[in-house]
Amino acid sequence: MTYLHNIGSYFLMIREMFRKPTKWSVMRQLILNDINDLIIGSLGIIAFISFFVGGVISIQTALNIENPLIPKHLVGFATRQSVILEFAPTFISVIMAGKVGSFITSSIGTMRVTEQIDALEVMGINSLNYLVFPKTIALLFYPFAITFGMFLGILGGMAACTFGGYSTLTDYITGIQTDFETFHVYYAFIKTFVFAFVLATIPSFHGYYMKGGALEVGKASTTSFVWTAVVIILLNYILTDVMLG
Amino acid sequence: MIEVKDLNKSFGEAHILKGITTTFEKGKTNLIIGQSGSGKTVFLKCLLGLFDYEEGSIAYDGNIFSKLTEDEKRNMRAKIGMVFQGSALFDSMTIEENVMFPLRMFTKQSKSEMQDRADFVLKRVNLPNAHNKMPSEASGGMQKRVAIARAIVNNPKYLFCDEPNSGLDPKTAIVIDNLIQEITDEYKITTVINSHDMNSVMEIGEKIVFLKDGLKAWEGSNKNIFKTDNEVVTDFVYSSNLFKRVRKMYIKENS
Repeated sequence: MTYLHNIGSYFLMIREMFRKPTKWSVMRQLILNDINDLIIGSLGIIAFISFFVGGVISIQTALNIENPLIPKHLVGFATRQSVILEFAPTFISVIMAGKVGSFITSSIGTMRVTEQIDALEVMGINSLNYLVFPKTIALLFYPFAITFGMFLGILGGMAACTFGGYSTLTDYITGIQTDFETFHVYYAFIKTFVFAFVLATIPSFHGYYMKGGALEVGKASTTSFVWTAVVIILLNYILTDVMLG
Repeated sequence: MIEVKDLNKSFGEAHILKGITTTFEKGKTNLIIGQSGSGKTVFLKCLLGLFDYEEGSIAYDGNIFSKLTEDEKRNMRAKIGMVFQGSALFDSMTIEENVMFPLRMFTKQSKSEMQDRADFVLKRVNLPNAHNKMPSEASGGMQKRVAIARAIVNNPKYLFCDEPNSGLDPKTAIVIDNLIQEITDEYKITTVINSHDMNSVMEIGEKIVFLKDGLKAWEGSNKNIFKTDNEVVTDFVYSSNLFKRVRKMYIKENS
């Protein structure tokens, strides 16, 4: 019953988020601040993880190719497919559920605990539009971060392969160009847009509707991470089945 | 003026406010007092429109709040200034930005006009040099004064204060009380203060509503609270020996 109530409240929150918009001059500043906090501020961790996980994927693929009939350029091909189809859109989104999601839940939750949200409401401001809408718009730029992650993942694979002696640079480049399907990139970006919406709204929901004090802000951040990750994984399965199945 | 008629509010089985009827007059400091759990905060949140209620009505200068559309309610709230118990300053903004916030949201003033107005109200609350500080760098008393400045910057018609003295030393508490009263007189606004602070009751309570278990147990002014024989009120207000002695002296002086 609680789950159904929460799902209903979540969709009502999304509807309310679009009502009584905040003045554009204020909203523009909020969006720019959120792009800085949520997207630009995440590029470092995305770059670090993408580069090294890309490297690990290529090393593991190379080490598992023992059959001499399998061409060496498969390493580049497998790295590209893994990074574009799964690692960049899904794996990074789960990590972002921890980084960006916790930030959103704790910042909105702290505003709830310290009555800042009540202050907005008393002033006649639609607090959901003021707080959640700019985060949702800011996360529309999330695909750029994922593109950056894709590029660095493939680059990391290339560095690991060539410097580690698992494959030649020519083989790797041949691999990443083999059987390239543009639709796979579309599929990855559609997933990324859906995950961006989830990343903005589920943590906001947990922060906005939390009750209690500082301890509950911490608990809400943990719950928010768990649910955001669960929803991302489930939607990943559904979208993959619908689009590639 | 705010008129409250037969206000009833429940949370599930718990009946919190039981038929409260009262009037908060324009240009006066109106206090809601009572023990913890008597329903003061719920009453204040009903007045602010943050809680819905089952029965009764609240009218702001004749406009019944529950009959307004959502947009009309939001427009009405733009005429309300509120000082929260914990100040509720936006911690990502400087003190000046906090004070300018209602102007940015509800007016078309230029930045320099907003800064001039913020300067004026910050001087009015005796904080002429605090513009660029963050709320976390300000003391409790300063935060309360910034909250008052933010509440009055857009010339509100109604000012609500939830325990404005909590957590302050007695001297700063008196400064805040006097400031609220001066602002109420100066701008002729309807001020409603939720308080347990007996100094505030004695000093600035031009109209006092005493709540007990969700019922209005007494109402009057700081002058006739000394004379009342209502046991519920005297038990609460004169619970300390100091106030018992103050009351005796007052009665002796005025007899």
